[in-house]
Amino acid sequence: MIEKFDPLKGEMGRVLDDAGGIREGLDPGLGDADLKRIYGLMTTTRAADNKAFKLQRQGRMGTYAPSRGHEACQIGSAFAMGKGDWVFPYFRDLGMYIALGYPLALYYHFWMGHEAGMRTPEGLNIFPLAIPVASQIPHAVGAGMAANIRKLSLAVVTTFGDGATSEGDFHEALNYAGVFKTPNVFICYDNQYAISVPRSRQTASATIAQKAVAYGFPGLLIDGNDVLAVYAAVREAVGRARAGGGPTLIEAFTYRLADHTTSDDAAKYRDGGDVAAWEKKDPIVRFQAHLKARGLWDEAFENGVQASAAATVEKAVADAEALPPASLEDLFAFTYASMPPGLREQLDEAGAAGTEASR
Amino acid sequence: MNATMVQAINQALALEMKRDERVVLLGEDVGKDGGVFRVTDGLVDAFGPERVIDTPLAESAAVGVAIGMTVLGLRPVVEIQFMGFIYPAFNQIVSHVARLRNRTRGRFPVPIVIRTPYGAGVRALEHHSESTEALFCHIPGLTVAVPATPYDAKGLLAAAVRSDDPVILLEPTRLYRSGHQEIPEEAYEVPLGKAGVVREGTDLTIIAWGAMVPVAEKAADLAADKGWTAEVIDLRTLCPMDRGTIVGSVKKTGRALIVHEAPKTCGLGAEIAAHIGEAALLSLKAPVLRVTGWDITPPLSKSEDRYYPNPERVLRTVRKLMEF
Repeated sequence: MIEKFDPLKGEMGRVLDDAGGIREGLDPGLGDADLKRIYGLMTTTRAADNKAFKLQRQGRMGTYAPSRGHEACQIGSAFAMGKGDWVFPYFRDLGMYIALGYPLALYYHFWMGHEAGMRTPEGLNIFPLAIPVASQIPHAVGAGMAANIRKLSLAVVTTFGDGATSEGDFHEALNYAGVFKTPNVFICYDNQYAISVPRSRQTASATIAQKAVAYGFPGLLIDGNDVLAVYAAVREAVGRARAGGGPTLIEAFTYRLADHTTSDDAAKYRDGGDVAAWEKKDPIVRFQAHLKARGLWDEAFENGVQASAAATVEKAVADAEALPPASLEDLFAFTYASMPPGLREQLDEAGAAGTEASR
Repeated sequence: MNATMVQAINQALALEMKRDERVVLLGEDVGKDGGVFRVTDGLVDAFGPERVIDTPLAESAAVGVAIGMTVLGLRPVVEIQFMGFIYPAFNQIVSHVARLRNRTRGRFPVPIVIRTPYGAGVRALEHHSESTEALFCHIPGLTVAVPATPYDAKGLLAAAVRSDDPVILLEPTRLYRSGHQEIPEEAYEVPLGKAGVVREGTDLTIIAWGAMVPVAEKAADLAADKGWTAEVIDLRTLCPMDRGTIVGSVKKTGRALIVHEAPKTCGLGAEIAAHIGEAALLSLKAPVLRVTGWDITPPLSKSEDRYYPNPERVLRTVRKLMEF
């Protein structure tokens, strides 16, 4: 795709056409089972996202950044990654976590206010999601530099929104990546809004993908609501990375269908007509049309997928709420490798504080 | 062997890189140039450009990529050319370096060292003389160490590289080449979190670090002429602080004086004074006093001598303590 679509000419890579068919010569060649699995992951992500929103409204979860509308970006990216690859995600990447096998209960646990939710289980190559915007991009480049130094053949993916491309860390990191020819894949979920500020106020560049040209490596603009386009683009980029071809910047053009977070009200700053127009391009609806066109979708399949997603989500909520809260010791114990004496005194003081009223 | 602080740090880096192939250096001009102070001189020849990495001029990325390197098992040592240029990396240090161990409950510790020259007294250009250690000591999760001798520089750096916690090593430019010292050829550690008593005394305790240690020692000489014997503590690790050594000494002497280059307000001296108040109030014969840089922007080179503490200023405060 990198050769076919030039962001400097405003070309956008799309695999799915509007009717759910595949544009000629662009079929990434996934088998039926994989296609169904992708649909299942997108559906589970949507269900898990909807549930998180409800949990927040019920006071069972803290502020949450919804993923609605980003399922093609998230699942397409994750599905293209290999076992040894790493990802450095940002805070709106639920589907990435789900598709890579991160326990959903643990993910919920973090958003419910527990650090233990960001303790990636051994064997999963997921760095904890970053909240300070763009700050994770240099981390991904550092992992890429380390892969080069240690002669490991792997790709390092990092994700971020369009707002992140205004931060210094985005520029510094991509500049390093170009200089050191790191095996990185930078994926911008260009969802048109950084809270309330539209894309047009983040950059005067016609595309975000074209910024790669200035760093000395390829950029690719793709339809971020087309899961097969995301999959094909990321698969090509991680392959290039692992083969020593260097970094790629992918701009996945999409739309944030939900508010920025559960504390935000997007109706204040954006036109309902735009949202409605993008609802029609819902990535799950579009992929469903493709499965229908292939004869892979019927109501029974849909019911099965929905039931499985609901079961996964309900179990995750139950498991997350059953996880033990942090002990007082936990809050102090991970500040240093071993607890300094002064901190130990504070822990003792914190433990004693509750007993004062009964004296 | 006889070494300046610059040579001692250079040896420590070479020894640690030889000892552990996971150790890599990165920073601006650390390669062929050997660093602007020549601290990394010759290391690129010894270990190659993959382990001694000249980076683009971008401090936030330098610290940021070091974090990412630890994920794949490396132990990077980042050089920030001057402390005055560390602030672009402040977000990375505060938001990630200091807290990743905690926010992942130990899954992703950050075993990196950030070395940077700091402090006044070498007639440097604007932004090259500040002493803002308190900014870093305020952040839970960071270890901040400052050597005052070549011996301690070599040993503290070895301990920092081997530590599983992130360590910021502040290197006083004023002491880089101000003296030689006999130090062991082989690698050794000076433990982090332990202060050193560089001179014993009974009348008062002077607490200092970095370039203020020799100032405190000269002041102690002047005080001795007046008949007052000062105990001088070189804090060596500012955070986590060796409170035990400070309190033990003050309980013995009954008087405490803190000397630092940084401005007085919210400087580390305030923290030390507060702790002495909490832990040794009834031993005190006088208030805890501070001799510090003034609460002004550090003056340019022509006036810098009027900014940081000197032995005479310290002696004047010693007199205040003794005559209280």
